[in-house]
Amino acid sequence: MAQGVMIFAETTGAALAPIAKEMCGVGRRLADALGEPLVAAVAGSGVGGADQEAIAHGADRVYVADADVLQTYQTASYCTVIGQIAEQAEPEVLLVGMSDNGRDLGPRLAFRLRTGLASDCVDLTINAETRLLEATRPVSGGNAMATVVIEKTRPQMATVRAKTMPAAEPDAGRQGEVIAVDVSVDAVALPVTVVERVKAESEGVRLEDADIVISGGRGLKGPDDFYAILEPCAKALGGAIGASRAAVDEGWVPTQLQVGLTGKIVSPKLYVACAISGAAQHMAGCGYSKTIVAVNRDPDAPIYQRANIGIVGDYKKVMPAFQAKCAELLG
Amino acid sequence: MDIIVTLKQVPDPEAPKETFRIDEAAMKILNPPNIDPVINGYDENAIEAALQLKEAAGGKVVAVSMGEASATRALKQALAMGVDEGILLQDASFADADATSTAHVLARAIEKIGSYGLILCGRQASDWDQSQVPSGIAELIGLPSVTAVQKVALQDDAVRVERILEDGYEVLDIRGPCVVTVSNEANKPRYPTLKGIMAAGKKQILVWDAAELGVDAAQVGSAGALTRVSKLYVPSFAGDCEFIAGESPEEMGANLALRLRELKII
Repeated sequence: MAQGVMIFAETTGAALAPIAKEMCGVGRRLADALGEPLVAAVAGSGVGGADQEAIAHGADRVYVADADVLQTYQTASYCTVIGQIAEQAEPEVLLVGMSDNGRDLGPRLAFRLRTGLASDCVDLTINAETRLLEATRPVSGGNAMATVVIEKTRPQMATVRAKTMPAAEPDAGRQGEVIAVDVSVDAVALPVTVVERVKAESEGVRLEDADIVISGGRGLKGPDDFYAILEPCAKALGGAIGASRAAVDEGWVPTQLQVGLTGKIVSPKLYVACAISGAAQHMAGCGYSKTIVAVNRDPDAPIYQRANIGIVGDYKKVMPAFQAKCAELLG
Repeated sequence: MDIIVTLKQVPDPEAPKETFRIDEAAMKILNPPNIDPVINGYDENAIEAALQLKEAAGGKVVAVSMGEASATRALKQALAMGVDEGILLQDASFADADATSTAHVLARAIEKIGSYGLILCGRQASDWDQSQVPSGIAELIGLPSVTAVQKVALQDDAVRVERILEDGYEVLDIRGPCVVTVSNEANKPRYPTLKGIMAAGKKQILVWDAAELGVDAAQVGSAGALTRVSKLYVPSFAGDCEFIAGESPEEMGANLALRLRELKII
Protein backbone atom coordinates (compact mmCIF):
# COMPACT_ATOMS: atom_id res chain seq x y z
CA MET A 1 0.00 0.00 0.00
CA ALA A 2 1.23 3.42 -0.91
CA GLN A 3 2.52 5.45 2.00
CA GLY A 4 4.34 8.68 2.65
CA VAL A 5 5.67 11.51 0.55
CA MET A 6 8.67 11.15 -1.72
CA ILE A 7 10.74 13.99 -3.17
CA PHE A 8 13.35 14.02 -5.90
CA ALA A 9 16.23 15.61 -3.94
CA GLU A 10 18.38 17.08 -6.68
CA THR A 11 22.06 17.55 -5.96
CA THR A 12 24.79 19.94 -7.08
CA GLY A 13 28.00 18.01 -6.65
CA ALA A 14 27.92 16.43 -3.20
CA ALA A 15 25.37 18.87 -1.75
CA LEU A 16 21.61 19.31 -2.00
CA ALA A 17 20.58 21.80 -4.67
CA PRO A 18 18.54 24.81 -3.44
CA ILE A 19 15.42 23.39 -5.11
CA ALA A 20 15.84 20.16 -3.10
CA LYS A 21 15.66 22.13 0.15
CA GLU A 22 12.42 23.68 -1.07
CA MET A 23 11.10 20.16 -1.81
CA CYS A 24 12.18 19.05 1.68
CA GLY A 25 10.18 21.94 3.11
CA VAL A 26 6.95 21.23 1.26
CA GLY A 27 7.45 17.46 1.42
CA ARG A 28 7.83 17.55 5.21
CA ARG A 29 4.70 19.67 5.55
CA LEU A 30 2.62 17.25 3.43
CA ALA A 31 4.07 14.19 5.18
CA ASP A 32 3.14 15.68 8.56
CA ALA A 33 -0.37 16.42 7.29
CA LEU A 34 -0.68 12.74 6.36
CA GLY A 35 1.12 11.59 9.50
CA GLU A 36 3.45 9.57 7.28
CA PRO A 37 7.20 9.57 6.52
CA LEU A 38 9.11 11.79 4.09
CA VAL A 39 11.33 9.90 1.69
CA ALA A 40 14.03 11.57 -0.41
CA ALA A 41 15.55 10.14 -3.60
CA VAL A 42 19.11 11.29 -4.26
CA ALA A 43 20.83 10.49 -7.56
CA GLY A 44 24.23 11.48 -8.89
CA SER A 45 27.89 10.60 -8.86
CA GLY A 46 29.85 11.19 -5.65
CA VAL A 47 26.81 12.62 -3.89
CA GLY A 48 28.57 12.14 -0.56
CA GLY A 49 26.91 14.14 2.17
CA ALA A 50 23.64 14.83 0.39
CA ASP A 51 21.94 11.95 2.20
CA GLN A 52 22.65 13.36 5.69
CA GLU A 53 21.79 16.81 4.43
CA ALA A 54 18.40 15.54 3.25
CA ILE A 55 17.80 13.99 6.67
CA ALA A 56 18.79 17.25 8.38
CA HIS A 57 16.28 19.02 6.12
CA GLY A 58 13.42 16.73 7.12
CA ALA A 59 13.69 13.36 5.33
CA ASP A 60 13.02 10.21 7.37
CA ARG A 61 14.45 7.88 4.76
CA VAL A 62 16.86 8.59 1.90
CA TYR A 63 17.43 6.38 -1.10
CA VAL A 64 20.82 7.06 -2.67
CA ALA A 65 21.70 6.09 -6.23
CA ASP A 66 25.39 6.90 -6.62
CA ALA A 67 27.03 5.89 -9.90
CA ASP A 68 29.30 7.34 -12.59
CA VAL A 69 26.53 7.05 -15.15
CA LEU A 70 24.48 9.55 -13.11
CA GLN A 71 27.22 12.22 -13.21
CA THR A 72 25.30 14.28 -15.76
CA TYR A 73 21.53 14.50 -15.86
CA GLN A 74 19.99 12.53 -18.66
CA THR A 75 16.27 11.91 -19.02
CA ALA A 76 16.64 8.18 -19.61
CA SER A 77 19.01 7.38 -16.74
CA TYR A 78 17.36 9.58 -14.14
CA CYS A 79 13.87 8.46 -15.09
CA THR A 80 14.94 4.83 -14.72
CA VAL A 81 16.64 5.33 -11.36
CA ILE A 82 14.05 7.62 -9.75
CA GLY A 83 11.30 5.40 -11.19
CA GLN A 84 12.88 2.33 -9.54
CA ILE A 85 13.13 4.13 -6.21
CA ALA A 86 9.47 5.19 -6.47
CA GLU A 87 8.44 1.60 -7.16
CA GLN A 88 10.42 0.44 -4.14
CA ALA A 89 9.25 3.23 -1.79
CA GLU A 90 5.62 3.20 -3.04
CA PRO A 91 4.85 6.77 -1.96
CA GLU A 92 1.38 8.26 -1.78
CA VAL A 93 2.71 11.58 -3.12
CA LEU A 94 5.77 12.24 -5.33
CA LEU A 95 7.15 15.76 -5.76
CA VAL A 96 9.71 16.97 -8.30
CA GLY A 97 11.02 20.55 -8.16
CA MET A 98 11.03 22.49 -11.43
CA SER A 99 14.72 23.02 -12.00
CA ASP A 100 16.10 22.57 -15.53
CA ASN A 101 16.25 18.85 -14.83
CA GLY A 102 13.13 18.42 -12.74
CA ARG A 103 11.09 20.18 -15.41
CA ASP A 104 12.26 17.55 -17.91
CA LEU A 105 12.10 14.57 -15.54
CA GLY A 106 8.65 15.07 -14.01
CA PRO A 107 6.40 14.35 -17.01
CA ARG A 108 8.44 11.42 -18.28
CA LEU A 109 8.52 9.90 -14.80
CA ALA A 110 4.73 10.25 -14.44
CA PHE A 111 4.19 8.29 -17.65
CA ARG A 112 6.80 5.71 -16.57
CA LEU A 113 4.89 5.20 -13.31
CA ARG A 114 1.56 5.32 -15.19
CA THR A 115 0.24 7.96 -12.88
CA GLY A 116 -1.23 11.44 -13.05
CA LEU A 117 0.81 14.62 -12.68
CA ALA A 118 -0.06 18.21 -11.83
CA SER A 119 2.59 20.41 -13.46
CA ASP A 120 4.20 23.58 -12.17
CA CYS A 121 2.30 23.78 -8.89
CA VAL A 122 2.49 26.80 -6.62
CA ASP A 123 0.34 25.50 -3.78
CA LEU A 124 0.07 21.98 -2.38
CA THR A 125 -2.17 20.84 0.46
CA ILE A 126 -3.58 17.59 1.79
CA ASN A 127 -7.37 17.56 2.05
CA ALA A 128 -8.04 16.52 5.64
CA GLU A 129 -11.17 14.60 4.71
CA THR A 130 -10.20 12.79 1.51
CA ARG A 131 -6.47 12.71 2.36
CA LEU A 132 -5.89 13.53 -1.32
CA LEU A 133 -3.23 15.95 -2.54
CA GLU A 134 -4.79 19.16 -3.83
CA ALA A 135 -2.33 20.67 -6.27
CA THR A 136 -2.94 24.23 -7.40
CA ARG A 137 -1.27 25.57 -10.50
CA PRO A 138 -1.51 28.62 -12.72
CA VAL A 139 -3.03 27.96 -16.13
CA SER A 140 -3.28 30.10 -19.24
CA GLY A 141 -0.05 31.82 -18.29
CA GLY A 142 -1.42 32.72 -14.86
CA ASN A 143 -4.75 34.19 -15.95
CA ALA A 144 -6.48 31.45 -13.99
CA MET A 145 -5.67 28.93 -11.29
CA ALA A 146 -6.63 25.25 -11.37
CA THR A 147 -6.69 22.78 -8.50
CA VAL A 148 -5.93 19.25 -9.65
CA VAL A 149 -6.56 15.93 -7.91
CA ILE A 150 -5.27 12.50 -8.83
CA GLU A 151 -7.77 9.92 -7.65
CA LYS A 152 -7.19 6.73 -9.63
CA THR A 153 -3.45 6.10 -9.45
CA ARG A 154 -0.49 6.35 -7.07
CA PRO A 155 1.74 8.15 -6.49
CA GLN A 156 -0.07 11.46 -6.84
CA MET A 157 2.61 13.42 -8.68
CA ALA A 158 3.30 17.14 -8.79
CA THR A 159 6.10 19.22 -10.22
CA VAL A 160 6.62 22.33 -8.12
CA ARG A 161 7.56 25.80 -9.34
CA ALA A 162 10.90 26.98 -7.99
CA LYS A 163 10.93 29.60 -5.24
CA THR A 164 7.27 29.19 -4.35
CA MET A 165 7.87 26.96 -1.32
CA PRO A 166 9.96 27.97 1.69
CA ALA A 167 13.17 25.93 2.00
CA ALA A 168 13.42 23.64 5.01
CA GLU A 169 15.76 24.76 7.80
CA PRO A 170 18.41 22.14 8.61
CA ASP A 171 18.48 20.41 11.99
CA ALA A 172 21.73 18.47 12.34
CA GLY A 173 20.24 16.44 15.19
CA ARG A 174 17.60 14.73 13.05
CA GLN A 175 17.96 10.98 12.51
CA GLY A 176 17.05 9.01 9.43
CA GLU A 177 17.66 5.87 7.45
CA VAL A 178 19.87 5.69 4.35
CA ILE A 179 19.30 3.02 1.72
CA ALA A 180 21.79 2.48 -1.10
CA VAL A 181 20.19 1.71 -4.45
CA ASP A 182 21.69 -0.58 -7.09
CA VAL A 183 22.02 1.34 -10.33
CA SER A 184 21.52 -0.79 -13.39
CA VAL A 185 21.81 1.85 -16.11
CA ASP A 186 24.20 1.18 -18.95
CA ALA A 187 25.85 4.40 -20.14
CA VAL A 188 26.60 2.90 -23.55
CA ALA A 189 22.93 2.16 -24.14
CA LEU A 190 21.78 5.71 -23.37
CA PRO A 191 20.22 7.21 -26.50
CA VAL A 192 21.56 10.70 -25.88
CA THR A 193 25.15 11.94 -25.79
CA VAL A 194 26.06 15.17 -24.04
CA VAL A 195 28.41 16.91 -26.48
CA GLU A 196 29.12 19.97 -24.38
CA ARG A 197 27.67 22.36 -21.84
CA VAL A 198 27.91 26.01 -22.69
CA LYS A 199 27.72 28.56 -19.92
CA ALA A 200 26.19 31.86 -20.90
CA GLU A 201 28.54 34.75 -20.43
CA SER A 202 27.51 36.73 -17.42
CA GLU A 203 29.21 39.14 -15.16
CA GLY A 204 28.13 40.40 -11.81
CA VAL A 205 25.25 38.98 -9.84
CA ARG A 206 23.22 36.15 -11.33
CA LEU A 207 19.66 37.16 -12.09
CA GLU A 208 18.16 34.31 -10.06
CA ASP A 209 20.34 35.11 -7.03
CA ALA A 210 19.98 38.89 -7.11
CA ASP A 211 18.29 40.75 -4.25
CA ILE A 212 17.36 43.54 -6.61
CA VAL A 213 16.21 43.01 -10.20
CA ILE A 214 15.52 45.77 -12.69
CA SER A 215 13.66 44.51 -15.73
CA GLY A 216 12.71 46.01 -19.05
CA GLY A 217 9.98 45.16 -21.51
CA ARG A 218 8.67 45.90 -24.94
CA GLY A 219 8.46 49.58 -24.04
CA LEU A 220 12.26 49.87 -24.15
CA LYS A 221 11.91 49.62 -27.95
CA GLY A 222 15.40 48.21 -28.40
CA PRO A 223 18.48 46.84 -26.63
CA ASP A 224 20.13 50.20 -25.91
CA ASP A 225 18.35 51.27 -22.74
CA PHE A 226 18.88 47.87 -21.12
CA TYR A 227 22.58 48.61 -21.09
CA ALA A 228 22.52 52.41 -20.91
CA ILE A 229 19.85 52.93 -18.24
CA LEU A 230 18.79 49.69 -16.50
CA GLU A 231 22.15 47.99 -16.11
CA PRO A 232 24.04 50.92 -14.52
CA CYS A 233 21.20 51.32 -12.04
CA ALA A 234 21.11 47.59 -11.23
CA LYS A 235 24.90 47.48 -10.85
CA ALA A 236 24.92 50.48 -8.55
CA LEU A 237 22.45 48.67 -6.29
CA GLY A 238 24.28 45.34 -6.48
CA GLY A 239 21.46 43.82 -8.51
CA ALA A 240 20.90 42.32 -11.92
CA ILE A 241 18.86 43.15 -14.99
CA GLY A 242 16.02 41.05 -16.36
CA ALA A 243 13.64 41.24 -19.29
CA SER A 244 10.15 40.30 -20.40
CA ARG A 245 9.67 37.62 -23.03
CA ALA A 246 8.77 40.31 -25.58
CA ALA A 247 12.25 41.85 -25.23
CA VAL A 248 13.92 38.45 -25.55
CA ASP A 249 11.82 37.46 -28.57
CA GLU A 250 12.83 40.73 -30.25
CA GLY A 251 16.46 39.70 -29.74
CA TRP A 252 17.29 42.76 -27.64
CA VAL A 253 18.75 40.77 -24.74
CA PRO A 254 19.92 37.16 -24.35
CA THR A 255 17.43 34.48 -23.36
CA GLN A 256 19.07 34.01 -19.94
CA LEU A 257 17.62 37.35 -18.90
CA GLN A 258 14.02 36.32 -19.49
CA VAL A 259 11.84 36.46 -16.39
CA GLY A 260 8.56 34.62 -16.74
CA LEU A 261 6.69 31.38 -17.09
CA THR A 262 9.22 29.82 -19.46
CA GLY A 263 12.19 31.85 -18.26
CA LYS A 264 13.66 32.52 -14.85
CA ILE A 265 11.57 32.49 -11.71
CA VAL A 266 12.89 35.21 -9.41
CA SER A 267 11.85 36.34 -5.95
CA PRO A 268 14.12 39.27 -5.08
CA LYS A 269 13.58 41.78 -2.31
CA LEU A 270 12.93 44.41 -4.95
CA TYR A 271 11.71 43.92 -8.51
CA VAL A 272 11.49 47.04 -10.66
CA ALA A 273 9.57 46.53 -13.91
CA CYS A 274 10.25 49.25 -16.48
CA ALA A 275 7.85 49.58 -19.40
CA ILE A 276 6.47 46.09 -18.78
CA SER A 277 2.70 45.80 -19.17
CA GLY A 278 2.43 42.91 -16.72
CA ALA A 279 1.21 39.99 -18.82
CA ALA A 280 0.39 36.93 -16.72
CA GLN A 281 3.28 35.16 -18.50
CA HIS A 282 5.73 37.65 -17.02
CA MET A 283 4.13 37.87 -13.58
CA ALA A 284 4.49 34.08 -13.28
CA GLY A 285 8.23 34.71 -13.05
CA CYS A 286 8.31 37.70 -10.68
CA GLY A 287 5.01 37.57 -8.79
CA TYR A 288 6.72 36.15 -5.70
CA SER A 289 9.07 39.12 -5.33
CA LYS A 290 8.83 40.81 -1.92
CA THR A 291 8.26 44.27 -3.40
CA ILE A 292 7.27 44.97 -6.99
CA VAL A 293 7.72 48.47 -8.40
CA ALA A 294 6.12 49.28 -11.75
CA VAL A 295 7.31 52.16 -13.91
CA ASN A 296 5.09 52.67 -16.92
CA ARG A 297 3.74 55.54 -18.96
CA ASP A 298 0.33 53.87 -19.28
CA PRO A 299 -1.68 54.45 -16.08
CA ASP A 300 -3.98 51.54 -17.04
CA ALA A 301 -1.20 48.96 -17.46
CA PRO A 302 -2.26 45.67 -15.79
CA ILE A 303 1.01 45.57 -13.86
CA TYR A 304 -0.31 48.13 -11.37
CA GLN A 305 -2.77 45.46 -10.15
CA ARG A 306 0.20 43.38 -9.04
CA ALA A 307 2.67 46.10 -8.09
CA ASN A 308 3.18 47.29 -4.52
CA ILE A 309 4.54 50.63 -5.68
CA GLY A 310 3.81 52.39 -8.95
CA ILE A 311 5.15 55.32 -10.90
CA VAL A 312 3.29 56.60 -13.91
CA GLY A 313 6.06 58.10 -15.97
CA ASP A 314 8.80 57.55 -18.51
CA TYR A 315 11.47 55.15 -17.22
CA LYS A 316 14.04 57.09 -19.27
CA LYS A 317 13.61 59.99 -16.88
CA VAL A 318 12.56 58.13 -13.75
CA MET A 319 15.37 55.59 -13.54
CA PRO A 320 18.44 57.87 -13.83
CA ALA A 321 16.94 60.15 -11.17
CA PHE A 322 16.19 57.09 -9.02
CA GLN A 323 19.77 55.90 -9.42
CA ALA A 324 21.19 59.31 -8.55
CA LYS A 325 19.06 59.57 -5.41
CA CYS A 326 20.00 56.01 -4.37
CA ALA A 327 23.69 56.92 -4.75
CA GLU A 328 23.13 59.95 -2.55
CA LEU A 329 21.22 57.96 0.11
CA LEU A 330 23.47 54.94 0.14
CA GLY A 331 26.67 56.95 -0.07
CA MET B 1 14.02 12.86 -42.82
CA ASP B 2 10.27 12.75 -42.29
CA ILE B 3 9.10 14.83 -39.36
CA ILE B 4 5.86 14.75 -37.40
CA VAL B 5 4.74 17.90 -35.62
CA THR B 6 2.03 17.80 -32.97
CA LEU B 7 -0.29 20.79 -32.77
CA LYS B 8 -2.87 22.13 -30.37
CA GLN B 9 -5.39 24.80 -31.17
CA VAL B 10 -5.73 27.21 -28.25
CA PRO B 11 -7.50 30.47 -27.38
CA ASP B 12 -5.40 33.38 -28.65
CA PRO B 13 -3.02 34.27 -25.80
CA GLU B 14 -2.54 37.71 -27.36
CA ALA B 15 -6.23 38.46 -26.90
CA PRO B 16 -6.83 41.41 -24.55
CA LYS B 17 -6.74 40.35 -20.90
CA GLU B 18 -10.27 41.58 -20.30
CA THR B 19 -11.62 39.06 -22.84
CA PHE B 20 -10.22 36.11 -20.84
CA ARG B 21 -13.08 33.82 -19.75
CA ILE B 22 -13.40 30.55 -17.95
CA ASP B 23 -16.39 28.34 -17.20
CA GLU B 24 -15.93 27.65 -13.49
CA ALA B 25 -18.68 25.03 -13.38
CA ALA B 26 -17.43 23.07 -16.39
CA MET B 27 -13.78 23.85 -15.45
CA LYS B 28 -12.94 24.95 -18.96
CA ILE B 29 -10.91 27.79 -20.41
CA LEU B 30 -13.21 29.42 -22.97
CA ASN B 31 -12.31 30.92 -26.29
CA PRO B 32 -13.07 34.64 -26.14
CA PRO B 33 -16.01 35.61 -28.37
CA ASN B 34 -15.08 37.03 -31.79
CA ILE B 35 -11.39 36.17 -31.44
CA ASP B 36 -10.33 33.20 -33.54
CA PRO B 37 -8.38 30.43 -31.83
CA VAL B 38 -4.79 29.99 -32.97
CA ILE B 39 -2.05 27.38 -33.20
CA ASN B 40 -0.33 27.20 -29.82
CA GLY B 41 2.66 29.55 -30.16
CA TYR B 42 5.29 26.99 -29.14
CA ASP B 43 3.82 24.57 -31.70
CA GLU B 44 4.42 27.24 -34.35
CA ASN B 45 8.06 27.24 -33.26
CA ALA B 46 8.03 23.44 -33.74
CA ILE B 47 6.52 23.82 -37.23
CA GLU B 48 9.12 26.42 -38.16
CA ALA B 49 11.94 24.17 -36.93
CA ALA B 50 10.51 21.27 -38.95
CA LEU B 51 10.22 23.36 -42.10
CA GLN B 52 13.81 24.60 -41.76
CA LEU B 53 15.04 21.00 -41.39
CA LYS B 54 13.01 19.99 -44.43
CA GLU B 55 14.46 22.86 -46.46
CA ALA B 56 17.98 21.83 -45.44
CA ALA B 57 17.72 18.07 -45.79
CA GLY B 58 14.49 17.14 -47.56
CA GLY B 59 11.73 14.87 -46.30
CA LYS B 60 8.11 15.39 -45.43
CA VAL B 61 6.45 17.25 -42.57
CA VAL B 62 3.16 15.92 -41.22
CA ALA B 63 1.13 17.86 -38.65
CA VAL B 64 -1.20 15.99 -36.32
CA SER B 65 -3.68 17.46 -33.87
CA MET B 66 -6.24 16.01 -31.50
CA GLY B 67 -9.27 18.24 -31.24
CA GLU B 68 -12.74 19.08 -32.36
CA ALA B 69 -13.62 19.72 -36.00
CA SER B 70 -12.78 23.39 -35.45
CA ALA B 71 -9.11 22.42 -35.01
CA THR B 72 -9.04 21.93 -38.79
CA ARG B 73 -8.33 25.64 -38.79
CA ALA B 74 -4.97 25.18 -37.03
CA LEU B 75 -4.03 22.33 -39.35
CA LYS B 76 -4.93 24.42 -42.41
CA GLN B 77 -2.71 27.18 -41.11
CA ALA B 78 0.14 24.68 -40.67
CA LEU B 79 -0.36 23.59 -44.28
CA ALA B 80 -0.28 27.23 -45.37
CA MET B 81 3.07 27.63 -43.60
CA GLY B 82 4.44 24.76 -45.70
CA VAL B 83 3.57 21.55 -43.85
CA ASP B 84 2.87 18.71 -46.32
CA GLU B 85 -0.01 16.87 -44.62
CA GLY B 86 -2.45 17.51 -41.80
CA ILE B 87 -4.24 14.87 -39.73
CA LEU B 88 -7.04 15.63 -37.28
CA LEU B 89 -7.69 13.11 -34.51
CA GLN B 90 -11.34 13.60 -33.76
CA ASP B 91 -13.85 11.51 -31.87
CA ALA B 92 -16.56 12.28 -29.33
CA SER B 93 -14.79 9.90 -26.94
CA PHE B 94 -11.65 12.09 -26.98
CA ALA B 95 -13.46 14.93 -25.18
CA ASP B 96 -12.22 16.16 -21.78
CA ALA B 97 -8.89 14.41 -22.12
CA ASP B 98 -6.00 15.15 -19.76
CA ALA B 99 -2.31 14.92 -20.65
CA THR B 100 -2.31 11.13 -20.22
CA SER B 101 -5.24 10.39 -22.47
CA THR B 102 -4.12 13.00 -25.02
CA ALA B 103 -0.65 11.47 -25.23
CA HIS B 104 -2.25 8.06 -25.70
CA VAL B 105 -4.22 9.18 -28.77
CA LEU B 106 -1.28 11.08 -30.27
CA ALA B 107 1.09 8.16 -29.71
CA ARG B 108 -1.28 5.80 -31.50
CA ALA B 109 -1.60 8.24 -34.39
CA ILE B 110 2.18 8.61 -34.65
CA GLU B 111 2.58 4.82 -34.70
CA LYS B 112 -0.05 4.67 -37.44
CA ILE B 113 1.79 7.30 -39.51
CA GLY B 114 4.82 5.06 -39.04
CA SER B 115 7.45 6.84 -41.11
CA TYR B 116 9.36 9.46 -39.14
CA GLY B 117 12.81 10.25 -37.86
CA LEU B 118 11.82 13.07 -35.56
CA ILE B 119 8.75 14.23 -33.66
CA LEU B 120 8.72 17.93 -32.86
CA CYS B 121 6.32 19.44 -30.32
CA GLY B 122 5.94 22.83 -28.67
CA ARG B 123 7.45 22.90 -25.19
CA GLN B 124 4.01 23.50 -23.65
CA ALA B 125 0.54 24.70 -24.64
CA SER B 126 -0.42 28.21 -23.65
CA ASP B 127 -3.88 27.23 -22.35
CA TRP B 128 -3.14 24.60 -19.69
CA ASP B 129 0.68 25.04 -19.58
CA GLN B 130 1.26 21.41 -18.60
CA SER B 131 4.24 20.43 -20.80
CA GLN B 132 3.47 16.76 -20.26
CA VAL B 133 2.15 15.39 -23.56
CA PRO B 134 5.44 15.28 -25.54
CA SER B 135 7.30 13.34 -22.83
CA GLY B 136 4.24 11.11 -22.58
CA ILE B 137 4.26 10.35 -26.30
CA ALA B 138 7.96 9.47 -26.07
CA GLU B 139 7.44 7.19 -23.07
CA LEU B 140 4.42 5.45 -24.62
CA ILE B 141 6.24 4.76 -27.90
CA GLY B 142 9.58 4.12 -26.22
CA LEU B 143 11.57 6.96 -27.80
CA PRO B 144 14.20 9.27 -26.33
CA SER B 145 12.93 12.74 -25.44
CA VAL B 146 14.63 16.10 -24.96
CA THR B 147 12.60 19.07 -23.80
CA ALA B 148 12.84 22.85 -24.22
CA VAL B 149 15.44 23.26 -26.95
CA GLN B 150 16.55 26.49 -28.60
CA LYS B 151 18.08 24.81 -31.65
CA VAL B 152 17.56 21.60 -33.57
CA ALA B 153 19.72 20.41 -36.44
CA LEU B 154 20.69 17.19 -38.19
CA GLN B 155 24.23 16.05 -37.49
CA ASP B 156 25.35 12.98 -39.46
CA ASP B 157 23.04 10.23 -38.19
CA ALA B 158 21.93 12.09 -35.08
CA VAL B 159 19.60 14.90 -34.17
CA ARG B 160 21.66 17.63 -32.50
CA VAL B 161 19.81 19.94 -30.13
CA GLU B 162 20.59 22.71 -27.67
CA ARG B 163 18.64 22.23 -24.46
CA ILE B 164 18.11 25.47 -22.57
CA LEU B 165 19.55 25.62 -19.05
CA GLU B 166 19.26 28.37 -16.46
CA ASP B 167 22.87 29.40 -16.96
CA GLY B 168 23.36 28.51 -20.62
CA TYR B 169 22.60 25.43 -22.67
CA GLU B 170 23.79 21.92 -23.34
CA VAL B 171 24.43 20.38 -26.73
CA LEU B 172 22.98 16.89 -27.05
CA ASP B 173 23.15 14.32 -29.83
CA ILE B 174 20.17 11.99 -30.00
CA ARG B 175 20.47 8.74 -31.94
CA GLY B 176 17.45 7.36 -33.76
CA PRO B 177 13.88 8.60 -33.83
CA CYS B 178 13.10 10.90 -30.92
CA VAL B 179 10.75 13.48 -29.47
CA VAL B 180 12.07 17.03 -29.13
CA THR B 181 10.15 19.99 -27.68
CA VAL B 182 10.89 23.41 -29.09
CA SER B 183 10.98 26.67 -27.12
CA ASN B 184 10.25 30.16 -28.36
CA GLU B 185 13.97 31.01 -28.45
CA ALA B 186 14.42 28.62 -31.39
CA ASN B 187 13.08 30.77 -34.19
CA LYS B 188 10.53 33.25 -35.42
CA PRO B 189 7.73 31.28 -37.10
CA ARG B 190 7.05 32.33 -40.68
CA TYR B 191 3.78 33.83 -41.82
CA PRO B 192 1.91 31.84 -44.45
CA THR B 193 2.40 33.23 -47.95
CA LEU B 194 -0.53 33.85 -50.27
CA LYS B 195 0.72 30.97 -52.39
CA GLY B 196 0.89 28.79 -49.29
CA ILE B 197 -2.65 29.69 -48.30
CA MET B 198 -3.90 28.89 -51.83
CA ALA B 199 -2.10 25.53 -51.84
CA ALA B 200 -3.38 24.70 -48.35
CA GLY B 201 -6.93 25.43 -49.49
CA LYS B 202 -6.68 22.64 -52.04
CA LYS B 203 -5.35 20.05 -49.58
CA GLN B 204 -7.57 17.70 -47.59
CA ILE B 205 -7.17 17.28 -43.85
CA LEU B 206 -7.27 13.58 -42.99
CA VAL B 207 -9.59 12.77 -40.08
CA TRP B 208 -8.93 9.72 -37.92
CA ASP B 209 -11.43 8.63 -35.29
CA ALA B 210 -11.15 6.16 -32.41
CA ALA B 211 -11.97 3.17 -34.64
CA GLU B 212 -9.46 4.23 -37.29
CA LEU B 213 -6.78 4.54 -34.59
CA GLY B 214 -7.84 1.34 -32.84
CA VAL B 215 -7.70 2.98 -29.43
CA ASP B 216 -9.34 1.52 -26.35
CA ALA B 217 -12.27 3.68 -25.17
CA ALA B 218 -11.05 3.29 -21.57
CA GLN B 219 -7.76 5.03 -22.39
CA VAL B 220 -9.00 8.12 -24.19
CA GLY B 221 -10.79 11.33 -23.25
CA SER B 222 -12.18 11.68 -19.76
CA ALA B 223 -12.25 7.88 -19.27
CA GLY B 224 -8.48 7.64 -19.70
CA ALA B 225 -7.66 10.77 -17.72
CA LEU B 226 -5.66 10.29 -14.52
CA THR B 227 -6.03 13.87 -13.29
CA ARG B 228 -9.21 15.77 -12.53
CA VAL B 229 -9.56 19.52 -12.19
CA SER B 230 -11.52 20.04 -8.98
CA LYS B 231 -11.54 23.82 -9.11
CA LEU B 232 -10.84 26.51 -11.71
CA TYR B 233 -10.89 30.19 -10.81
CA VAL B 234 -9.51 33.58 -11.74
CA PRO B 235 -7.24 34.83 -8.97
CA SER B 236 -7.88 38.28 -7.59
CA PHE B 237 -5.06 40.54 -6.57
CA ALA B 238 -5.09 43.13 -3.84
CA GLY B 239 -4.65 46.02 -6.26
CA ASP B 240 -3.36 48.19 -3.42
CA CYS B 241 -0.58 49.78 -5.41
CA GLU B 242 0.90 52.85 -3.75
CA PHE B 243 1.61 55.51 -6.36
CA ILE B 244 4.65 57.73 -5.93
CA ALA B 245 3.85 61.40 -6.40
CA GLY B 246 6.03 64.06 -7.98
CA GLU B 247 5.94 67.11 -10.25
CA SER B 248 8.12 65.44 -12.86
CA PRO B 249 9.29 61.90 -13.70
CA GLU B 250 12.69 62.87 -12.27
CA GLU B 251 11.15 63.90 -8.98
CA MET B 252 9.13 60.67 -8.88
CA GLY B 253 12.32 58.71 -9.41
CA ALA B 254 14.00 60.47 -6.50
CA ASN B 255 10.91 60.02 -4.34
CA LEU B 256 10.91 56.30 -5.14
CA ALA B 257 14.43 56.03 -3.75
CA LEU B 258 13.38 57.90 -0.60
CA ARG B 259 10.31 55.70 -0.13
CA LEU B 260 12.25 52.44 -0.64
CA ARG B 261 14.84 53.68 1.84
CA GLU B 262 12.07 54.51 4.31
CA LEU B 263 10.69 50.98 3.91
CA LYS B 264 14.24 49.64 4.42
CA ILE B 265 14.09 47.85 1.06
CA ILE B 266 17.29 49.52 -0.11
